[in-house]
Amino acid sequence: MRNDPLIPMLGVVTMIRTDTPDVKTFRVTGVDGVKPFEHIPGQCAMLSIPGVGEALFSITSSPTEKDYLDFSIKKCGCVTTWLHQMEVGQQITIRGPYGNGFPVDTELAGKDLLFIAGGIGLAPLHSVINYCRHYRDRYGKIDIVYGSRSMADLVDFPEIIDEWCKEDGINVHLTIDNPQPEWDGHVGFVPNFVKELNFDTSKTVLMCGPPIMIKFTLSGLMDLGFEKNQVYTTFELKMKCALGKCGRCNIGDKYVCKDGPVFRLDEMDELPDEY
Amino acid sequence: MKKIAISQLNTLFAAIAARKTLYIPADDGAGSAKFTVWQEGVTLTDKLNTVRSAKDLFFPQVENLVNFKVEGTKIDIVENRDAAEPFVVFGVRACDCASFDILDRVFLSDPVDTFYQTRRENGVVITLACSRPAETCFCGVFGIDAANPAGDITCWMDGESLYWRANTKKGEQLTAALDLADCDGSAVTAQQEATREILKKLPLNSLDLSDFKDQKLLDVFNSPKWAQLSESCLGCGTCTFVCPTCQCYDVQDFDNGREVRRFRCWDSCMYSDFTMMAHGTNRPTQKERFRQRFMHKLVYFPNNNEGIFGCVGCGRCLQKCPIHMNIVKVAKALKEELK
Repeated sequence: MRNDPLIPMLGVVTMIRTDTPDVKTFRVTGVDGVKPFEHIPGQCAMLSIPGVGEALFSITSSPTEKDYLDFSIKKCGCVTTWLHQMEVGQQITIRGPYGNGFPVDTELAGKDLLFIAGGIGLAPLHSVINYCRHYRDRYGKIDIVYGSRSMADLVDFPEIIDEWCKEDGINVHLTIDNPQPEWDGHVGFVPNFVKELNFDTSKTVLMCGPPIMIKFTLSGLMDLGFEKNQVYTTFELKMKCALGKCGRCNIGDKYVCKDGPVFRLDEMDELPDEY
Repeated sequence: MKKIAISQLNTLFAAIAARKTLYIPADDGAGSAKFTVWQEGVTLTDKLNTVRSAKDLFFPQVENLVNFKVEGTKIDIVENRDAAEPFVVFGVRACDCASFDILDRVFLSDPVDTFYQTRRENGVVITLACSRPAETCFCGVFGIDAANPAGDITCWMDGESLYWRANTKKGEQLTAALDLADCDGSAVTAQQEATREILKKLPLNSLDLSDFKDQKLLDVFNSPKWAQLSESCLGCGTCTFVCPTCQCYDVQDFDNGREVRRFRCWDSCMYSDFTMMAHGTNRPTQKERFRQRFMHKLVYFPNNNEGIFGCVGCGRCLQKCPIHMNIVKVAKALKEELK
């Protein structure tokens, strides 16, 4: 068979973890038990269930995990609903990696990093955070602002509490949208929380969440004195090929699958607000 | 240069078809022309061009990618590529031939689409120069010479003869296998001069798109004209389906109960579900979809391809749009606005 980038390889789901009422994390290896491919934090992969469809997901695990790829996936459409009802041992198809990823070894090296995530938006940043934790001496201070609708909707909550919060040089700031009796942390939306925390503007920001959160948080960061060229975000639009050919994931003259999904926000100034 | 008498065309087609599958533009019996597999009885159309472009032969409307056999939790990946036969396509017009260069930039850029690549390698393109261009033709705007098309072989036709010039190695190989007489190029030169005189006078030939090259992407995108231009668009997608340079595709699975066939098919940015995701779409109204199509051809594609526009001026969208909207009207309206 002539290899074509549209033809996937087989993978097998070796672990399923329920994170929130509508988010599960799936661990995928090749059928030979080997990691399907290497990736850069922020890159994505096409997962498919034959007969149901194929969709693009960001890779949640750090490239430093030698044996597998993790995907934290929110149940919201056909493919994700199918993924959510499957069991360990299920074979799926996988192809990738796609996209540019975050510039972890170049522009981000040596910087103080501020991660800002909302809801399932933690998924792509999770890969970067754990990469930076693995190569801790390559980066400065790390701040993580993470918000969700409720306590139950915070993805990876045990890992955040048991690992990230306990590490020196990492400050985790959690928030939920509405008060809950068992929650003694911050309550409020991410954009306001970021402004309240009044971060030092020397930091480089990596942000992912719903478009509305990105828009408001960005304006909050501007108010604090951040420049757009200090802020990276990652986008998601509908894709069929992930190869820059099927023609639908473009924002202006950039394809999210090929030129993104990671963009520095000053690059977005020249692109339409169509995302 | 070679030539053969028009009375011998059938013999020529038979000689080519004896080697490879031959497609020629033929009348479909319903008032249109389409590329048809030549066999005895199939004759060349009198029409200037086919309704659907020759892109079908390299990027078919539907093609199989791969099959899956699913049993319980196990999946088998089964090859299901459509057979890749060597073929010859005769009678491709200069505009459609130029569209292959545009499609090449999409499908042959890294990572290469091997389905398209295989068809490009297997296909021999014989172009046919225009001598009676239509009023909807504007290939000249894009530097395309309808009197001297590219392709592996270029042909010219007058009332008596078919003139034949091989341009590439593939073209020379096919030429060597055929019985064609040598001739000088004087008849062709005369026809070309006459054709170019007609081309010069075509009403759309003076369209100047150079303004778009100096415009900021956002200035064009944010033009208030889009709302007005798109108002009557039905979103039928006809323009995208007849367009020789439209290349957007969808990938779908068909489960017949025994196996799953994954195929790709043409898609259209004019359709509401083109960018529809589980949580919504970023192009919610026809205005955004309409704008996407023309921005892609006039701005986005040139930005990424050394200024080459994503249009070859074939005029199909001018002829087929049910509300008479088209790229020429759009370009003129925007130019007016952006001045």
